[in-house]
Amino acid sequence: MSDAKKFLYLNRKAPYGTIYALESLEVVLIGAAFEQQVSLAFVDDGVYQLMAGQNTKGSGFKNFSNTYKALGDYDVRNLYVEKESLDERGLSVDDLMPITHDTDDEEDLPSIMVVSRAEMAKVMSEQDVVLSF
Amino acid sequence: MGYHFNGQDIAHDEEGYLTDLSQWNADLALLIAKDENVAMTDEHWEVVNFLREYYDEYQIAPAIRVLTKALAKKMGPEKSSNKYLYELFPYGPAKQACKIAGLPKPTGCV
Repeated sequence: MSDAKKFLYLNRKAPYGTIYALESLEVVLIGAAFEQQVSLAFVDDGVYQLMAGQNTKGSGFKNFSNTYKALGDYDVRNLYVEKESLDERGLSVDDLMPITHDTDDEEDLPSIMVVSRAEMAKVMSEQDVVLSF
Repeated sequence: MGYHFNGQDIAHDEEGYLTDLSQWNADLALLIAKDENVAMTDEHWEVVNFLREYYDEYQIAPAIRVLTKALAKKMGPEKSSNKYLYELFPYGPAKQACKIAGLPKPTGCV
């Protein structure tokens, strides 16, 4: 684990309409399966990816929102959500899906962390690789 | 490409994974298993059914590392080790069991 690089996947687009969100999620799962140290960040319209109660019936897109709940199984434990992006869209953390992970000692710890724009910049600066979708 | 089943051709991709997940049923699973030289026992079905439940909930077929961890949580350590799973599905538990379960190839599968 000490050799693992720190990857941050930066998500800035709405979940449907473009392929970016789904592609990002697939790359995240593949990277995590190879035991990289993976975190996700959600800014701008990217925060919509984590909205609770997504329904794609009318659009014909595959609803992949429940896949975010599997991230904990892949040891992806840090999902940073930018507070300013939520505020600008009239959203709060209560509008997002509950996403949890287990550690060796505890179960069902929350994975979503709401951080300020300044804190997000710090998170990004601590990474080895940042991939933007 | 397809499985001949009940007088129908059920389409699959070049590796044998079903094209349309909704066409799956238990009898078709037996046919796919036969193609894979897997004789289905209750233990095989436990894994296949577990994968289908996982897919239902999360919309993905889990990678092997995730499968073993999730199985351990539900069934205990003796029914989730790599060794146990490879005895059931010699050509790769995630790949073979997902194929038999009618799911896509696991995400993050090597």
